[in-house]
Amino acid sequence: MSNTTATPAARPRKEFRNITVPQILSYRLPLAGKLSILHRVSGALLFLALPVLLLPLFQMSVSSPAGFEGFRAFAAHPISKLVLLVFIWAYLHHFCAGIRYLLLDLHMGMTKEGGKRSAGIVFVVSLALTAVFALKLFGAF
Amino acid sequence: MAASPEKIGSRRLVVGAHYGVKDFIAQRVTAVILVIYTLVLGVMALLAPAFTYETWVHLFNFRTGAFPTGQLLATLAVIATAYHAWIGVRDIWMDYVKPTGIRLLLQVLTILWLLGVVVYAANILWSL
Repeated sequence: MSNTTATPAARPRKEFRNITVPQILSYRLPLAGKLSILHRVSGALLFLALPVLLLPLFQMSVSSPAGFEGFRAFAAHPISKLVLLVFIWAYLHHFCAGIRYLLLDLHMGMTKEGGKRSAGIVFVVSLALTAVFALKLFGAF
Repeated sequence: MAASPEKIGSRRLVVGAHYGVKDFIAQRVTAVILVIYTLVLGVMALLAPAFTYETWVHLFNFRTGAFPTGQLLATLAVIATAYHAWIGVRDIWMDYVKPTGIRLLLQVLTILWLLGVVVYAANILWSL
């Protein structure tokens, strides 16, 4: 039995503690770790914006033809486009990363390599889709 | 009962929301609902002839016969969103906010925030 009290001369155990705020930026996460924290950040962002920005904009756009034109006028401003793009990215990242988690729950891609590869796919797909929306927003097609 | 309900065996102290199995399932079920709704909405938007007020509103108030399918699907998606967000945001508070009182306050505010979302969205949808 590996009982610590039985080996008094044992080396002091390595202590792992939560990192502190100043360490966050220098902490090197694997790709799946970056995906994970961005999943949380994008979810929190959508949660906060939903009743104060996203639903009011939705209400404006569906309330009346005049409201719809009002929404188009709002969305025509470059800063509005950037703000909308942040939330489009947040939704797409949360969506794609969430599908990856659902597949992991089904025990698909559970290996270290598989996890890294699927994280890469999520970033490629979500950023490519965001780019499509960006091109559409800024009138490329 | 032989043991107090909080203790299982001599070491394991059962705390919190029944180890979260129900929430784990609910978070995934609501996620699947939202994936399906997003895909349905996306396909319908891509099939729409042009981006006008009529085609846009139609996505959310279309009817099958006299049945308000569009509104019902959107309302279901809003409720799924609120439930999904409750679990996710609650997890954030549980991970980063340790003082019980502050955590409880944030959780209560989160519930009120999300109830507001559901009422606000339902109000928009059912006046279309």
